[in-house]
Amino acid sequence: MPSNKSVSDAPIVQFTNCRILRDHRLQREDLWVREGKILNPEKLFFDEKGSADVQLDCKDSIIAPGFIDVQINGGFGVDFSLATDDFKSGIDLVSQKILSHGVTSFCPTLVTSPPSVYHQILPQISVRNGGAHGAGILGAHLEGPFISKEKKGAHPEHCLRTFEAGAFQDLLATYGSLDCVQIVTLAPEMRRSSEVIQELTKRGICVSLGHSVANLSQAEEAVQHGATFITHLFNAMLPFHHRDPGIVGLLTSDKIPAGRRVFYGMISDGIHTNPAALRIAHRAHPKGLVLVTDAIAGMGLAPGRHTLGQQVVEIDGLNTYIAGTKTLSGSVATMDTCVRHFQEATGCSVETALEAASLHPAQLLGIEHKKGTLNYDSDADFLMLNDNLYVQATYIAGEEVWRQDAAGM
Amino acid sequence: MKLIILENYSQASEWAAKYIRNRIVQFGPGPGRFFTLGLPTGLPRDHPESYHSFMWNNFFKHIDISAENVHILDGNAPDLQAECDAFEEKIKAAGGIELFVGGIGPDGHIAFNEPGSSLVSRTRVKTLAMDTILANARFFDGDLSKVPTMALTVGVGTVMDAREVMILITGAHKAFALYKAIEDGVNHMWTVSAFQQHPNTVFVCDEDATLELKVKTVKYFKGLMLVHNKLVEPLYSMKEMGAERSQSKKPYSD
Repeated sequence: MPSNKSVSDAPIVQFTNCRILRDHRLQREDLWVREGKILNPEKLFFDEKGSADVQLDCKDSIIAPGFIDVQINGGFGVDFSLATDDFKSGIDLVSQKILSHGVTSFCPTLVTSPPSVYHQILPQISVRNGGAHGAGILGAHLEGPFISKEKKGAHPEHCLRTFEAGAFQDLLATYGSLDCVQIVTLAPEMRRSSEVIQELTKRGICVSLGHSVANLSQAEEAVQHGATFITHLFNAMLPFHHRDPGIVGLLTSDKIPAGRRVFYGMISDGIHTNPAALRIAHRAHPKGLVLVTDAIAGMGLAPGRHTLGQQVVEIDGLNTYIAGTKTLSGSVATMDTCVRHFQEATGCSVETALEAASLHPAQLLGIEHKKGTLNYDSDADFLMLNDNLYVQATYIAGEEVWRQDAAGM
Repeated sequence: MKLIILENYSQASEWAAKYIRNRIVQFGPGPGRFFTLGLPTGLPRDHPESYHSFMWNNFFKHIDISAENVHILDGNAPDLQAECDAFEEKIKAAGGIELFVGGIGPDGHIAFNEPGSSLVSRTRVKTLAMDTILANARFFDGDLSKVPTMALTVGVGTVMDAREVMILITGAHKAFALYKAIEDGVNHMWTVSAFQQHPNTVFVCDEDATLELKVKTVKYFKGLMLVHNKLVEPLYSMKEMGAERSQSKKPYSD
C-alpha cells in the first residue's frame, strides 16, 4: 500500500540490494525516496502504514551522496572566467556534463579577472537546484583578485588588487554583486583583510585562504576572523617549514576557535600534490579534507591549447600549464578520478574517500542538513557506484539524471 | 512438550527460524487467511531502542509485511487499560494466535509476566521487577533512572490461548529458569511453567541452557532429535506449498 493520502500522494521509491553510505559506514540497507528527499522507512511504516510504490534492484551497487565540487573553473571548452554572449549555455553545458563524473552540486569558480568581467558574468550565475538539466549551482567561488603577487600562480598579475583603498567597499566594487557568491579566496596577509573577512563571513560567504605568502599567525588570525577554508593546500602558498608552517600549519593549529573546523581543498589528480604530501595532510587532519577538481575549460577535451580567464593554457595528458611555462594552472581531472586517486594514494577506506567529496564540502558550506549525506529528510542527490568507485548512475532529487551505458566505458 | 537441544545460539536460532517458516508455509496463508504470529512486547514507543525500532530493524524491514497487519501495544496510549483490552479483541478478530514465539527471563517470566503473575492473566499494564529493569538498563546507557518501570504485556492466559507456543532459551544464565519451567511443577513464581498445561509447546535451547536439567531429561530429548529434525527438513517454500501440503504430517504428537 503506497503513501498515506493524508500525508502525501507522491510515489515512494525503494532502492534495494545496495550498500548505502550512512553514519560514516557502508551499510546493507535500503534507500527510500519520496518527493526528492530521503525518506525514513520506519516512520513510513508505523506512522503512515505506507510501503513502496516502486522497488529498484541496485545489483549490489554502492550508493553514496552526490559529489560536491567547490572549485571548478570550467570544462568541455567552457571557461567560467570568460564573458561570452552565451555564458549561460556554457554553464548549463558544464553542469550537465559533470553529472557523469558524479557531481550533483558545484560552485562555478572565477579566477582573477578585471572588474568588468565580474560585472558581466556574476549576474548570469544564479543559485539553482540540479535536475535532469544538470548539477545544482550552489553559488560562485571567486578566487582572486585579492591575492598575493608572489603566489599568483596562473592568475594574471595586472588584475591583482589589494584592500588598501576601501577594504570591503573595494571588494564590493570589484565584484559588483555578492548575491550568488558562496566562496571568496583571498590572501590574509594583505592589510585590512581582517575587516573584509569579517564582512564576508557576516554575509554567510565562506572565506578561503589561498594564493598567499601568509605565515601561520596571519593565517590563524584570519581563521579567528571567520575564514574556514584553504584553497588547494600546498599549491600557491609558502611550503611547510618546521619553524613556520605557514597556512599548511592550520591543519594542526591549536588556535582554531572552539567548535570550528578548518577545511582544506586538495586536488588529488596525482600532479598537483605528491601522494606522500597528500597522505601527510590526510593523516594530520582527515576530517577537513575536501576534494576539488580545480578543472579548467580543457577538462573533457582533447589535449591542446585552451583559455583560463585572461591566460592561455596548454594541456598535455593530465598536466595543464600556462602556455610556454611549467606553472600549473588548474587541472583536467574529473571528480570521480580524484576520488579514486585519493583512495589509492592514501589507502583510506571507501567511506572516507566518498565523504571527502560529499560530506566534507557540505559541512564546509554549512549545508550538511540537506546535502552531502543520505540522512533522512536530506535532498536525494546520490550516486550508484561499483566497488572500484566508478559512477554507474547519478540521481538528483530522487530522479535518475545520468546512467552509464552498458556499451560505454 | 518438545525440547529441542542445539549446540549453540546460532544453531538454536536457525532451527527455530526454519521451524517457524515451515509452520507458516504449511498453514497456507493468503488473503483473508492470516498466520498470526505472537511476540512479546517491550519498551515504550518514543525511545530509539523502542520495541517499534527493534521490530523494524530486526524483522519488519526484511520482509514484505503490510503495516496494517502489524499490531504493537502502544505504551503512549491515553487509556492504557483500554489499549490492552482492544489488543485482546484484535487477537480474537484475527482468529487467535497461531504461533506465539517468546523467550524467558532468568526469573522464568514469559513476556513481562514477572514472578507472581496470575497464570490466567490477560493483556495488561505490569510493573517490572528490579531484575528486568537491570536487564533493560543496557538499552538506556546503563542509567537506571531512565529505564521504564511499567510495561504493557500479553498475559500468561493470552499466550496459553495460542494454538502453539515456541520458547527460545539460550545461555547458562537461563539454565535454572529452564529447569524450573520443565522439571518442576506449575508455579506462578516461574510463569513459563504454565505451558506444561499447553497441548502444543516447543522449547528450543542451546547446550548451556540445559546445565541445570537432569542428565536423563537431556539424553531423552537429544535422542528424539532425529524425529524432531523432520520438522525442519525438508524446508518448505510457498511455491511448492500446494503439492507438499497434502503430504505433510506431524511426525508425532505430544
